[in-house]
Amino acid sequence: MSQEDVLVGFAAIINEVAGVPIDDVQLDKAFVDDLDVDSLSMVEVVMAAEDKWGVKISDDDAKNMRTVGDAVAFINANS
Amino acid sequence: MSESVTLSSPTGAQYSQILSVGSYRPSNIVTNAEICTRIDSSDEWIRERSGITERRHASDSDTVVTMATAAANMAIARAGIDPSDIDMVLLATISHPYPTPSAAVEVSELIGARGAAAMDISAACAGFCYGVALANDMIRGGSAKYVVVVGVEKLTDIVNHTDRGTAFIFADGAGAAVIGPSDQPRIAPVVWGGDGSQLQAINMTASSVAFRDDPSLGYPTVTMAGQQVFRWAVTEMAKATKDALEAAGITAEQLDVFIPHQANNRITDALVRALALPESVVVARDIVTTGNTSAASIPLAMDRMLETGEAKSGDTALLIGFGAGLVYAAQVVKLP
Repeated sequence: MSQEDVLVGFAAIINEVAGVPIDDVQLDKAFVDDLDVDSLSMVEVVMAAEDKWGVKISDDDAKNMRTVGDAVAFINANS
Repeated sequence: MSESVTLSSPTGAQYSQILSVGSYRPSNIVTNAEICTRIDSSDEWIRERSGITERRHASDSDTVVTMATAAANMAIARAGIDPSDIDMVLLATISHPYPTPSAAVEVSELIGARGAAAMDISAACAGFCYGVALANDMIRGGSAKYVVVVGVEKLTDIVNHTDRGTAFIFADGAGAAVIGPSDQPRIAPVVWGGDGSQLQAINMTASSVAFRDDPSLGYPTVTMAGQQVFRWAVTEMAKATKDALEAAGITAEQLDVFIPHQANNRITDALVRALALPESVVVARDIVTTGNTSAASIPLAMDRMLETGEAKSGDTALLIGFGAGLVYAAQVVKLP
């Protein structure tokens, strides 16, 4: 699975959960500071990503995901 | 000889029902602005994370017992029963400051139900639904005819008012219900359980004994891993609500009202989505002006909805309480 594929799928999830425009979801964007995705929305994003890619993302793993790139890299490495 | 001795077994009512609800809301309204004088937060942040705009804080004269008594008296008057006919007082709380005697037995005396059995239930935010389930079984099992179930909290006594994660959420109040016999099913089977592997998700900062031995620990207050609780609530509680509907033999389309524990509007939103509730189902949002009152939140929300006309007598309502333990209980009921 390419990084681009994961990014596209991930952008759709963030759009669905937090209403962030899909084009705004780029690898270098930070969830809290750039996209205004708060901690509770992040939990929903993580759960949707787990369902979509069959990965297990613990609360600690999720806390380490500061940017979209962090999340995409984790999913690529673990799915 | 002993084999020939036969013991009698009680026969209870075939079914039970919630006959009435009552409530007590402390008069002291506390806005987000006031909360933000003690924590680094804002009105907007609190509204976005929880939906709360204001909550009620008990005054010094409001205790777990006085608030419970006020709510129970209202419910008893509305049920039209004599207090002396009450066989059991079940009181759900985590904030009564005395391990013993129970708040329930003190309340039984104050409501004129001396002689009734009485006990407190420690099931945190699930406490009211635990009480309804127990009352249902007691009435059907023949060990009680009328049961008063109270959910009451003075959480401001056990909250750290400078903790950014909890100070804005928790609040005070009491709700009560009178449960009695019924000629048809008006309380469906409970779906309940617990997960002791998540003790730390909602916990106290210390035990009272540890605090006694080392006062530098500070008076014990509630701590909460908000994201962990949120994740559990929106996954496991979504399953429990579906199981409760199935246990009642109904579908989401047949529901009139959904009254989840008023933990956080964001959890309620997620549960509504997970259940795919039709728009016709009225959803309790009492948290907006009441905050999270743990065991009291469901009867407080139910009473408010009946009072405002959002819900009406005879409506089919899904209740679910969930919280520290973690523990939960859900059941479908007919509103009084």
